[in-house]
Amino acid sequence: MRPLSYSRVDTVEDAVALCREPGTAFLAGGTTQVDLIRAGMNRPDHLIDINDVPLTAVEDLPGGGLRIGALARMNDVARTPAVVERYPAISRALLLGASEQLRNMASMGGNLCQRTRCAYLRDGISPCNKREPGSGCSALEGFNRGHAILGTSEHCIALHPSDVAIALVAFDAVVHTTAQALPIADFFLLPGDTPQLEHPLAQGEMITAIEVPGLPLARHSVYFKFRDRQSYEFALVSVCAALEVRDGAVADVRLALGGVGTKPWRFRRAEEALIGEPANAQAFRRAALLDLEDAVPRAHNAFKVELAARAVVRGLTEAMR
Amino acid sequence: MRRNQPPAAAPVTLTINGATHTAALEPRTSLLDALRDHLDLTGTKKGCDQGTCGACTVWIDGRRVLACLTLAIAAEGREVTTIEGLADGDQPHPMQRAFIEHDAFQCGYCTSGQIMSAIKLIEEGNASCDEDIAEYMSGNICRCAAYPNIRAAIRDVRDAAA
Repeated sequence: MRPLSYSRVDTVEDAVALCREPGTAFLAGGTTQVDLIRAGMNRPDHLIDINDVPLTAVEDLPGGGLRIGALARMNDVARTPAVVERYPAISRALLLGASEQLRNMASMGGNLCQRTRCAYLRDGISPCNKREPGSGCSALEGFNRGHAILGTSEHCIALHPSDVAIALVAFDAVVHTTAQALPIADFFLLPGDTPQLEHPLAQGEMITAIEVPGLPLARHSVYFKFRDRQSYEFALVSVCAALEVRDGAVADVRLALGGVGTKPWRFRRAEEALIGEPANAQAFRRAALLDLEDAVPRAHNAFKVELAARAVVRGLTEAMR
Repeated sequence: MRRNQPPAAAPVTLTINGATHTAALEPRTSLLDALRDHLDLTGTKKGCDQGTCGACTVWIDGRRVLACLTLAIAAEGREVTTIEGLADGDQPHPMQRAFIEHDAFQCGYCTSGQIMSAIKLIEEGNASCDEDIAEYMSGNICRCAAYPNIRAAIRDVRDAAA
């Protein structure tokens, strides 16, 4: 690992003050930061350890929502009773990600800032527009079984890896930073022709909290993932679904998928089309295909289109129970 | 608040298994490398060095974490426990004994990480069935695939504690 210097702070003010200089980065749980520094993908000269900053609480918001501190650990959030009761899909998504050790370390803010596991980014050698803009995308014609089918560009098809972000996107969470409050859908940038830019965060801007608005139908939300290994594996396709049915028809619905997008992918067309429709598998599948129309499958990941459609049907069906 | 330490090696004081250790470490030194290369605590193993295998599992402030993704300097002021801290005098921890009784390893390289995870697994209350044991031990990879015997050892310690 390249040399770096280190400071530890215990207030947001000190964290921001010390992180203004380019080449300075925050250190929270370290599960992404230390890994990426060692791999040469992140190259800070100075790390600001923010683990002593008191941002670990999960607090009630008016209207039944929750404010999750940016430094709350994945495991702690997953097992917070209010999260389990009000947003079971958030709890489930957290517990289906990584391993128990990593979940003990990884912070919620860090989870949102984790980077794609695209092997061509991480190998340090292959052309990659995220690592070296303009060098090309090796995944387009390479081994792209795990890559995205939605939100891709000719410059990058890297998959967004987070599980919990899928549920947060489905529930319209808001990311609070030291400078702004961002709807979570705007927190993740599409690759376009600048795939090296992943978040609209300025140098030294720090995530302080994630707010999830009150959402009664989320109390019966589900999250599951299809993957190559039964545990401790990223999703091939994952789904977060919440559904309210009145008199056999869809009254309200939330739907977002992981494993398919260059960012967490909300199925908005499906949501809109389903309102008033009968709550059955045929309607669910028709709706899913509306968002999947835009899919750009590649040589090895075309199976994700059908898998995503089936995941939607299963997710919404389970959310009905 | 500590300000702008230079990248050169500087004394870092760690509390490991209840004892205080000081070593001259660069800020980039991982807790894993500090344990193994600077403090002669080689029971914690380096497998992948990228947070995927679990061989370096230790406890920090009572929680199981990965020493390879922890900077040693960031562990200052925390309580670190390693495999060397489990025995009571010359009496192995019950989980260590159970691993031996059940032959829960072949090459043994992942074993200290498995044991550090397994003790916490029972404390965390997620060892009630084999399915849960497999799920919540999934961060510890065993290349020899001694998993059935590892689960048997965990069941034994779980049942003895019940």
